[in-house]
Amino acid sequence: MSAQLLQFLLSGLTVGAIYALVALGFAIIYNASNVINFAQGEFVMIGGMAAAAFIDSGLPLPLSVLFSVTLATLVGLLLEKLAVEPARGAPVVTLIIITIGASILLRGLAALVWDKKIHPLPAFSGEAPIAVGGATLLPQALWVLGTTLATVAALWWFFNRTLTGKAMLAVSHNRLAAQLMGISVSRVLAVSFGLSAALGALAGVLIAPISFTAWDVGVMLGLKGFAAAMLGGIGSGPGAVAGGLALGLIEALGAGYLSSAYKDVFAFIVLLAALVFLPNGLVGRRAAERV
Amino acid sequence: MSAAAQPSASRRGFLALALIVALLPLALPNNYTYEIAIVVGLNAIVCVGLNLLIGYAGQISLGHAGFFGLGAYGTAILAARYGWPPALSLPVSVLAVAALAWLVGRPVLRLKGHYLAMATLGLGIIVSVVLATEDRITGGPDGMAVPPLWVTGEKSWYWIVAGTLLAVVWLAQNLIDSPRGRAWRALHGAEIAAGAVGIDAARHKLAAFVLSAALAALAGALSAHYAGFITPSRASFLHSIELVTMVVFGGMASTLGAVLGAAVLTTLPQLLAVFKDYELVALGALMMLTMIFMPRGLVPTLEKALDAARRKPR
Repeated sequence: MSAQLLQFLLSGLTVGAIYALVALGFAIIYNASNVINFAQGEFVMIGGMAAAAFIDSGLPLPLSVLFSVTLATLVGLLLEKLAVEPARGAPVVTLIIITIGASILLRGLAALVWDKKIHPLPAFSGEAPIAVGGATLLPQALWVLGTTLATVAALWWFFNRTLTGKAMLAVSHNRLAAQLMGISVSRVLAVSFGLSAALGALAGVLIAPISFTAWDVGVMLGLKGFAAAMLGGIGSGPGAVAGGLALGLIEALGAGYLSSAYKDVFAFIVLLAALVFLPNGLVGRRAAERV
Repeated sequence: MSAAAQPSASRRGFLALALIVALLPLALPNNYTYEIAIVVGLNAIVCVGLNLLIGYAGQISLGHAGFFGLGAYGTAILAARYGWPPALSLPVSVLAVAALAWLVGRPVLRLKGHYLAMATLGLGIIVSVVLATEDRITGGPDGMAVPPLWVTGEKSWYWIVAGTLLAVVWLAQNLIDSPRGRAWRALHGAEIAAGAVGIDAARHKLAAFVLSAALAALAGALSAHYAGFITPSRASFLHSIELVTMVVFGGMASTLGAVLGAAVLTTLPQLLAVFKDYELVALGALMMLTMIFMPRGLVPTLEKALDAARRKPR
């Protein structure tokens, strides 16, 4: 394997891991509420921007990360309580516009509370690149990959081994039946928004030392996460991770070998092809429509 | 509203719109207000078409700014780079976009719901990136100059856009009351049931998609010649979202609602500009509040309130 190819694969996996975290957020909210949350990218932005602000105010890095993820989680809970809950049962387009409105609102607030400048974040453990078989790897990329791996493992444990996680799966399968078994659907909804926001913010903090952060980074990251979730098959956890990594690799290889200006386009062309030829995503189940 | 009363109601709505459009110049004091009225009209043309697709045929599109941008760049490139007269480049550009929409619509419209939303969103992003990147033809992110149409000046443009808008509204209202419109509503309600009574769902969806794309391209081409300059931002994802928001805000499945939605959401940012830094916050909050409290949109909600008031015994 040439060093160049290895380099593209490594950077593709790093970005792909971030897309996977955002896509997991989409999937969790979609499963609990059938809502596609277009404000998902703003959680990524809040994570990065808040962490940068906390560090500027003199807090140590671990505390800054903790506080910024907590802040985003609170925003996620508020979004669910104030905007999604009151509109329950509204048509799909209406819900899409509510979450787009929320993303515009959050972007505006971020520009007001912080500013419209681009903020760097210090790397978690130094900037010295590590040589891997002729390619180089930033220590921060290891943080991204490791944290994503740990998060996916933790999520697996949460959804398969805890009562709350199982309740969330039950609601995603059949909301009414879950409710009849005594599961509080409104609590499941709240948890799903909080959890997705935390995942998004984590992604934002992890990627900020590599690609910087700003008040408007959420738009593209959110769309890529949505694309990754769709590529994997919406609502599927393993699908979201696979979709995210695939999207990251496609982008890195396309940008490296074909054209860096069209980086964003390759992802969407592959996505369109996948949607047309595999209408249920990579691992999505074939849905039967009830008439 | 009973089915028999509908034609006369839409006819009344059309006359009211025509009257407003004809009298509006009396209330427009300067060129700046004319400019806003023209932009409202152009957005309304897109929204009336998009409403046929979203509100009647029940198919979402988050990429219509792509067709708007292609229509604009098509006529701009033919006129500026190849020296075509705008009277020829404009219709050719609109027809070419319609043909393109027909080609991509066939595979894409087989998708449903969120998958269709994602596919149209992807199409729109591909168009906007291509327009921003092929700078030798399109001028890149900085945009390009567009030769003027045979008319100039805000007042003549107002009448061109107003006339086009009225023609488009008239066309849409007639289509909705035709067998085609009934087929759209049938497949919106229940696609399988519509198929069972002999409605070719794929063909009718494609017709709505192509027509709405052509109208978006028409508005795009007109706006390019009117402004004399275009940038790829007109084809961006955010512009697509603005267009869908106008349709839903005004009220889905209401042609006049689409016009009203375009009018309110085009003028609103001008009014919100007084909030300066708070503009985005105000816009986002407004979008959320209207959708939470009026999920069916402005016009249907008002109609229902009027209806209820009329029925109340005195």
